[in-house]
Amino acid sequence: MALIDTINPLLTTGWSKGDAGWSLKDYEARGGYVQLKRILASKMTQDDLIAEVKKSVLRGRGGAGFPTGLKWSFMPKAAPEKYVVCNTDEGEPGTFKDRDLMRFDPHSVIEGMIIAAYAVGAKLGYNYIHGEIFDMYQRFEEALDQARAAGYLGNNILGSDFSFDLFAHHGWGAYICGEETGLLESIEGKKGQPRYKPPFPANFGLYGKPTTINNTETFAAIPFILGMGGEAYLNLGKPNNGGTKLFSVSGHVNRPGNYEVPMGTPFAKLLEMAGGMRGGRKLKAVIPGGSSAPVLPADIMMECTMDYDSIAKAGSMLGSGAVIVMDETVCMVKALERLSYFYFEESCGQCTPCREGSGWLYRVVHRIEHGEGRPEDLDLLNRVTDNMMGKTICALADAAAFPVRSFIKHFKSEFEYHIENKKCLVDPEVQRAGSGFFKAGAA
Amino acid sequence: MLEIEIDGKTLQVADGSTIIEAAHQLGTYIPHFCYHKKLSIAANCRMCLVQVEKAPKPMPACATPVTNGMKVFTHSELAVKAQKGVMEFLLINHPLDCPICDQGGECQLQDLAVGYGESASQYQEEKRVVPDKDLGPLVSTDMTRCINCTRCIRFTAEIAGFMELGQSFRGERAEVMPFIGKTVDTELSGNIIDLCPVGALTSKPFRFSARTWELSRRKSVSPHDGLGSNLIVQTKHDRVMRVLPLENEDINECWLTDKERFSYQGLSSAERLTKPMVKQGGEWKEVDWSVALDYASHALRDVAKTHGGAAIGGLLSPHATLEEMYLAQKLLRGLDSENIDFRLRQSDFSADGKRKGTPWLGMKIADIGRLDRVLVVGSFLRKDHPLVAQRLRQSAKRGAQISILHSADDDLLIKLAARAIAAPSQLPAVLAEVVKAVAELKGVAADPALAKVGAGLVDVNAAKKIAASLVSGSDGGKCAGILLGNFAQQHPQAATLSALAQQLAGLLGGSFGFLGEAANSVGGYAAKAIPTAGGLNAAAMLKDPRHAYVVVGAEPELDCADGAQALASLTKAAAVVVLSPFKSQAMLDYAAVLLPVSPFSETSGTFVNTEGRVQSFYAAAKPLGEARPAWKVLRVLGNLLDLNGFAFNSSEEVRAEALDGQPEFVSGLDNGIDGATLNLTASPNGLERVADVPIHFSDPLVRRAPALQQAADSAAPTARMNAATLAKCGLASGDKVKVGAGGTAAVTLPAQFDAGLPDGVVRIAAAHADTVALGAMSSVLSVEKA
Ligand SMILES: Cc1cc2nc3c(=O)[nH]c(=O)nc-3n(C[C@H](O)[C@H](O)[C@H](O)COP(=O)(O)O)c2cc1C
Ligand code: SF4
Ligand code: SF4
Ligand code: FES
Repeated sequence: MALIDTINPLLTTGWSKGDAGWSLKDYEARGGYVQLKRILASKMTQDDLIAEVKKSVLRGRGGAGFPTGLKWSFMPKAAPEKYVVCNTDEGEPGTFKDRDLMRFDPHSVIEGMIIAAYAVGAKLGYNYIHGEIFDMYQRFEEALDQARAAGYLGNNILGSDFSFDLFAHHGWGAYICGEETGLLESIEGKKGQPRYKPPFPANFGLYGKPTTINNTETFAAIPFILGMGGEAYLNLGKPNNGGTKLFSVSGHVNRPGNYEVPMGTPFAKLLEMAGGMRGGRKLKAVIPGGSSAPVLPADIMMECTMDYDSIAKAGSMLGSGAVIVMDETVCMVKALERLSYFYFEESCGQCTPCREGSGWLYRVVHRIEHGEGRPEDLDLLNRVTDNMMGKTICALADAAAFPVRSFIKHFKSEFEYHIENKKCLVDPEVQRAGSGFFKAGAA
Repeated sequence: MLEIEIDGKTLQVADGSTIIEAAHQLGTYIPHFCYHKKLSIAANCRMCLVQVEKAPKPMPACATPVTNGMKVFTHSELAVKAQKGVMEFLLINHPLDCPICDQGGECQLQDLAVGYGESASQYQEEKRVVPDKDLGPLVSTDMTRCINCTRCIRFTAEIAGFMELGQSFRGERAEVMPFIGKTVDTELSGNIIDLCPVGALTSKPFRFSARTWELSRRKSVSPHDGLGSNLIVQTKHDRVMRVLPLENEDINECWLTDKERFSYQGLSSAERLTKPMVKQGGEWKEVDWSVALDYASHALRDVAKTHGGAAIGGLLSPHATLEEMYLAQKLLRGLDSENIDFRLRQSDFSADGKRKGTPWLGMKIADIGRLDRVLVVGSFLRKDHPLVAQRLRQSAKRGAQISILHSADDDLLIKLAARAIAAPSQLPAVLAEVVKAVAELKGVAADPALAKVGAGLVDVNAAKKIAASLVSGSDGGKCAGILLGNFAQQHPQAATLSALAQQLAGLLGGSFGFLGEAANSVGGYAAKAIPTAGGLNAAAMLKDPRHAYVVVGAEPELDCADGAQALASLTKAAAVVVLSPFKSQAMLDYAAVLLPVSPFSETSGTFVNTEGRVQSFYAAAKPLGEARPAWKVLRVLGNLLDLNGFAFNSSEEVRAEALDGQPEFVSGLDNGIDGATLNLTASPNGLERVADVPIHFSDPLVRRAPALQQAADSAAPTARMNAATLAKCGLASGDKVKVGAGGTAAVTLPAQFDAGLPDGVVRIAAAHADTVALGAMSSVLSVEKA
């Protein structure tokens, strides 16, 4: 896992020693906490700091791609109590980059959060860590102890008049707790359910106080941005898509794993870095940004570069950077059934369209997959998704709808075949062979 | 103000309004389920989606704030499509079991489905089934019908003050439920039945007994506490089937207490008196009205003749109507008796003759919410006045500071700024300390009479904290209110507490008043149902037994300050004439004649609520059996006794005479006391009794309501003590203890630990058959292990 082929490694510089390189001394040895020291020593102004981040055009790595510097600038200056929160709830199927960041380089996240707290004037922070990566939670606690002992956290950090403390908080594995306001509710000890917005967290966040919430990778990028300067970071990528990004490549590739590449790297290059298609089979489809992003067929995908704008133009989303690669052995109906089940299972249930619609979608897709499809089902699925999208409190309903619509859009004939013939277009034997878990003919 | 346009109509709305509020102002209906004007915004049902110009997506009208120049379309294609889409989703998992659902005919989902639903569903999958929950004796559940609007949850958390319901699990499996093994127990729980837009939460007592369209409805007024909540009484074949709130923002808002909602069951109690009865030779006989009235009038005339009018006493329930009280006092005065009273649980009458007017709330009920500092004195507020507590709960959330001075620290579910919990005998001294501390903070001299209140004797710090909170209000306390509760009014130094409250309000420039215990606590004064000079008050006429009593609507053994004494005096009397809707064994023992009279639902009448508001109502049903409205019975009795001024043809005529017209508020409201002598010292020798009147035992009607009697609030009385008192008596919580009150009688009760009591007190409920033998509500008790 540790040996990763990267271009211009930044976030992953510290990963090469694997589990042996995460601790404070290793991080310091590779230039860690230098940026924090510089900011404190030079008494950099909050405005200058935010301006530098804006220059980098760092966009939020949690999925929505919102410009980070802009988000920080929304924080009311005068408010006496503010929070910084890190979203390490990583629950999107296909995404596993934050887990590795926490595992191999937790101090980059800590330093990023301290700098963010300085920029927005927060005295307290939380890192909300997905419950199913408990080891990472424990490691982060250790890293916090190290940082506190070294004076990077606590009162009067490094002798300055800036004080900030940071705590880890683990969830229990609910996907919806990754939605930023659901996450805040969960930290407050309530049921993890998204809040209606506005007000946004910058005005009414944790415990009702102004709060900046960013993804783990977003925070981890901060020390590097300040190290090289916003402009240089931007130039690593392409305009409006600054810097490098971690991609969690999974599926039918030879070397699944996390790959850090500059924004704008061709998908073909990324695929090659991941060892190419398993068994030399043909690429069929890619979900380029985590399970919530619309699927793209191979031909469209092969034309894309890996950045927000290119993927959006192709009709999908870069999302969290989870690249799910599917080869020709995949039955798209079955793949969608699995995805729809996930959203059905993970809807928090407060909004009518999501609570009721996600189950409806799953049941219809399940029926089609099990040979009970009806000719009118595809129109029905489109109509149901239409009634869900844009009509709920958070984006989970859209996330449940996008796969359904895109799978039907790009692979309609496969669905029609399934309904008509009550079986998969892709022979089950072929599917089993492709899954890699079963030998052909077995099971 | 903002100017906006809704469906082409322009209007001005206040800043911060939401689209749904603006539409309401215009009379435009936007379909909704989760939105409720008294609850926080959840925006989860999505039924209220509307189109907003320039917004790419439909917006929830309940949660979208209006901006200047906004254009809203509630019926555009986009809006209607969104609304219909949501309706379709709501129905796919709904059982559609309207024919067997109690909500049928008054269901928001049913109503809106007619407008926004399709005739057939395209949903052909299996439907969800949700297990029902046990929420206690009042609310029944059919959770499969729940649309997860969370109104019930928000009600318990925000209005009732304690989140007794929550949503467990997620997605399609989300279920509304109470805490494991718990039920919904607050005194306001029934409101969730009204709030539930579907038939998921329905009334357990009413369930399956009638369809809404079969019911006749009449406006009425609650006969219980002093608020006078407005009711809709629903009947079928002259039987009250259900009681619902009639919205009145000035009084009960849109709420009812469980007592008000479910006490109607008592109207059909097996103990209803349906025929006149007389006791002859120790035997009870059912007789005709003429015989009974003849018997009653003769009995009273005989006593008046032989012993004089003063040998008769009149005990009137404070829950009786104004007309009943007015005629009863007229009748007694006609017989030359000045012994008339309705203040049955009061024990200190030293302010009588010194009052400047009728004691009342001292402000409008709606003004309670405008106070920014409140001191509640001597009140089991949450149980005695649940809807006042609710108003204060909301005030506290808006930043008002609420403090309490009382003898029990029951959880009010209100954020308190300060509290002083002291034994009953110390309440006046602590209140005096508050007065002194306020005077000091204000830099003015306090009443010299307060100087000798001993520091060290009372919790001076708590008093100072209360004073500091009061003075910290706007304009040094001009928006402060001192509210004296039932316990303060029943206190043996009630006049002193009242005089101190008056001083305190004077120093602050604020107001003070009394939380009326009963439906006619103010009306009784307006009806002149109190003794004037020379007459005996309620306590005195029982202490000094009369030859005859007239009892109207009360059960003196349970409704008087000293039930044991009441029982003894009534038993001793030669003639007790009882006008009551109910009979009881005690009544059969002491009465000579029982005249069946109508409860509030079967008569017209008037209650004057605690703010002095005159609220009249008509009968909702015909009298049961041979019961008759008490005002008619009293009128005929007056005629039979040849008394003048009893020629009334209607209860309205009685009211017009009693109130000198038909005012909206009674005149003469004034809490002032002239020249009160402060009685600040009391040193009881032993354990002091703190007696509460449990919410479901406060009057004859609620005592007979079966579902309420099963509620958590109706638990059997215990002897509650704090740890120190238990230890001092060598007791442990749960021990059986023999409690005595000086006399020979003693009752055996389980001891119960109550951390909220001060040292040296034992809390034992009054108004309960198990504790009548203990006598006075305020007394010194002995406690020993049984
Ligand atoms: C259903 C749902 C799940 C989400 N899960 C995550 C998550 O696991 N991690 C994350 O960083 N953001 C997640 N997000 C996005 C967050 O709401 C939020 O946009 C993000 O944390 C902001 O950080 P960023 O600006 O750094 O991307 C999720 C959003 C939705 C609607
Ligand atoms: S869209 Fe779904 S997950 Fe998001 S708040 Fe609504 S019900 Fe919950
Ligand atoms: S039980 Fe009724 S009020 Fe409560 S959430 Fe369900 S539908 Fe709404
Ligand atoms: S009424 Fe607006 S979302 Fe429910």
